[in-house]
Amino acid sequence: MANNNKSGSGFFGKLIHNQIFIPLAALLLLVLFNLVFDPSFFKITLGQNAAGNPVLSGYLVTILDYGSELAILAIGMTLVTAASGGQDISVGATIAICGSALLRVLCGRNSRPDELQAPIIVAFLVACIVGMLCGAFNGMLVSIFKIQPMVATLILFTAGRSIAAWINNNELPIVGDPTFAYFGSFFPGIPIPAPVFIAAFCLIIIFVVLKFTTLGLYTQAVGINPSSSRLNGLNPQFIKFVSFVILGLCVAVAALIKVSRLSTINYSVIAKDIEMDAILAVALGGNPLGGGKFNMWASIIGAYVIQFLTTTLYKFKVSSDALSAYKAVVVILLVVFSAPTVREWIGAKFKKITAKKGVA
Amino acid sequence: MEKAVLKMRGIDKVFPGVRALQGVDFTLCEGEIHALMGENGAGKSTLIKVLTGVYAKDAGEIFLGDKPVTIKSPQDAQNMGISTVYQEITLCPNLSVAENMFIGRTNGVIQNWKKMNEDAGKILNELAIPAKPAQQLASCSIAVQQMVAIARAVDMDCKVLILDEPTSSLDEQEVAKLFKLMRDLKAKGVGIIFVTHFLDQVYEVCDKITVLRDGQLVGQYEIKDLPRVQLVSKMLGKELDDMSDIKSEGGSYDRKEGETPVFESKNLSSTEAIYPFDFYINKGEVNGFTGLLGSGRSECVRAIFGADRNLSGEKFRNGKSVKISKPIDAMKKGIAYLPEDRKVDGIVGDLSVRENIILAYQVLKGAFHPFSKAEAYKFADEYIKLLDIKTASADTPIKSLSGGNQQKVILARWLLTHPDYLILDEPTRGIDVGTKVDIQKLVLKLASEGMAVTFISSETDEMLRTCSRLIVMRDRHVVGELTGDDLNQNKIMSTIAGGDSNGK
Repeated sequence: MANNNKSGSGFFGKLIHNQIFIPLAALLLLVLFNLVFDPSFFKITLGQNAAGNPVLSGYLVTILDYGSELAILAIGMTLVTAASGGQDISVGATIAICGSALLRVLCGRNSRPDELQAPIIVAFLVACIVGMLCGAFNGMLVSIFKIQPMVATLILFTAGRSIAAWINNNELPIVGDPTFAYFGSFFPGIPIPAPVFIAAFCLIIIFVVLKFTTLGLYTQAVGINPSSSRLNGLNPQFIKFVSFVILGLCVAVAALIKVSRLSTINYSVIAKDIEMDAILAVALGGNPLGGGKFNMWASIIGAYVIQFLTTTLYKFKVSSDALSAYKAVVVILLVVFSAPTVREWIGAKFKKITAKKGVA
Repeated sequence: MEKAVLKMRGIDKVFPGVRALQGVDFTLCEGEIHALMGENGAGKSTLIKVLTGVYAKDAGEIFLGDKPVTIKSPQDAQNMGISTVYQEITLCPNLSVAENMFIGRTNGVIQNWKKMNEDAGKILNELAIPAKPAQQLASCSIAVQQMVAIARAVDMDCKVLILDEPTSSLDEQEVAKLFKLMRDLKAKGVGIIFVTHFLDQVYEVCDKITVLRDGQLVGQYEIKDLPRVQLVSKMLGKELDDMSDIKSEGGSYDRKEGETPVFESKNLSSTEAIYPFDFYINKGEVNGFTGLLGSGRSECVRAIFGADRNLSGEKFRNGKSVKISKPIDAMKKGIAYLPEDRKVDGIVGDLSVRENIILAYQVLKGAFHPFSKAEAYKFADEYIKLLDIKTASADTPIKSLSGGNQQKVILARWLLTHPDYLILDEPTRGIDVGTKVDIQKLVLKLASEGMAVTFISSETDEMLRTCSRLIVMRDRHVVGELTGDDLNQNKIMSTIAGGDSNGK
């Protein structure tokens, strides 16, 4: 990490300067809170669902399950943030578009078919293409026309849900086939929710990509100094464009999970405000929202922290209307806590304590 | 007896891994111009930043007049009458000239724009600065921006004026203007601290010299008691005849008749408004573009590298026609380019020294063949050692290095790509004498090993020392080419001036 200097000592000192410390500390705090107030939060039970398949249930499972979409989106959002120095706010609307396209392929002309009109894989690939096209559209506006990312993505943010409705002639298609619902619930015989596997798969892919390509180095270089990157043979426009296309792909995967959960779609509600959570995940991961350096794992942990928080609030019977307000309070605490000055201060305090112990 | 306006005693400053200042004393008297000299990393900038409240000192005392003071922030320093003009312009380019001169100095919320512009106009007039108060700062040349920064500092009734490398982007006339200004201020009793790498300038305007080395005070000297050679040897901490050594090496290149140039271009022009020019360079040759600031030197090499879009021209590598329209094309053809503006075009600030070193080579190798961490460390360590880069580790962000060391990292980046043809645009700007000599020597060594090098510098003597052929530019035209006995100051000057050109 950038700050592995002598201002902190030992393991804790190193940890506190590591970017991943912020989301981890937040996670730890939430865990402690739940341990103190209701340890049953961590109970996991093996039961059976309506179809007679074994399923795991419990709050932790819920977090892993429902955090999947956010974690997947955090991957793309981190790259977009790093490369372009801005955020994509059209993510929720694009999920609606991808989901709608997916259902359109599955259902064909009839909005409530008895059987699937196309294989799920075909529908999913179509959704991926649609998602990448949306990403390419955003990416083109940002990289070629040099529009600020938030302004550029405002277009799809505004138009996206209407486009989604138009794709299915404003009808609400319902998929009757139970196999489609697997992707948002459980594969038969496997007690772990399917979205967890999908998210894990995506994480492995991005891990491999970051490990075996120079995507990370290029994205950071372009985000920090595009002019210098160009003189080093990179094409900053292309790299920004690619980051948006990758986010588009992430959106398509998230759309599959979202649509599969309900086997239908509600254009105006599906994945509402999810872009804000995705941006928050990136911020919570300690990544500068102005672009440049990033830590993918910190973002992903950030995504699960947000889901952890949401689930915790639900658990404590916070009504869904009041949820946002509570969330905001916690977010303020997290952000203040993660500010470099505050961390520096905590680091200094800790150093003093250890120094005293050393004397005694 | 002269009255001391500023005294610093026993200043200590420690950064992680580096003791930047150790017990440094500094005394500035009223109405004197005091040069602060030292190599990169000697602690000049750190001392200035301690004085201006950017850094907090770890030990020591500062006296203004006879009063001990604590300076907590740049605002504090300003209020106490310590004004600074930094090496890199720290104004806001998107604001007007007048706004820049008064920003942060007004009390209250209400701003009388008309009066502000009038006041600014008056000051600009007085100092003969060619800028209008309402003009956007970014539309001024770098030199004028620099002078606006000085005007701002001067206007703040300062007792102590710090000029941190103010002349590095000025041409001779502008420097003369600045010196006149400095002498006027001196006559008014202002104490001026002048940080520069230009020895000539020190001997032209300064009264005293304080030399720092490795964060320690070497001594304070009257200018008349310290000949140049001694100053240089004090800065480097050794007796130095490197400078004369290197002179004899320059121009040792023998041109073979009928040799195919390593690189040749014909009728080349770019979007940066240079007139089409022809150019060639042979294996093992060092040549250079010379001319005044803005004459088109950098634009020529940028056109060669494909950094600016070419409008016309053909390029040849070893006699074969090649297409180079963007930097990656040039890199693939074994051409490397160290850009003029290190901060904007060179470093990738937040990335580590290691990542900065491998960047160009990694791009050449392709996106699907990343270097492993171990390989990257190996490359980085090799070049850190080879070029003697002073950094805490290969993981240190490059932006925390001193200017000269950043430049070495960029040089390492390009050497790692093993080019046949290396273009160095102002590689020695704003860096210390020792590193300058290192780089000049390195250039000659690389050339002797067969690399072709194009070397651009604002300092003519440096070009004369390294280049065996100079291409002279004026107003974006190539106006002449000098070799052999023509390589001397007078000839260059007259060619630039246009009195006696042996070109077209």
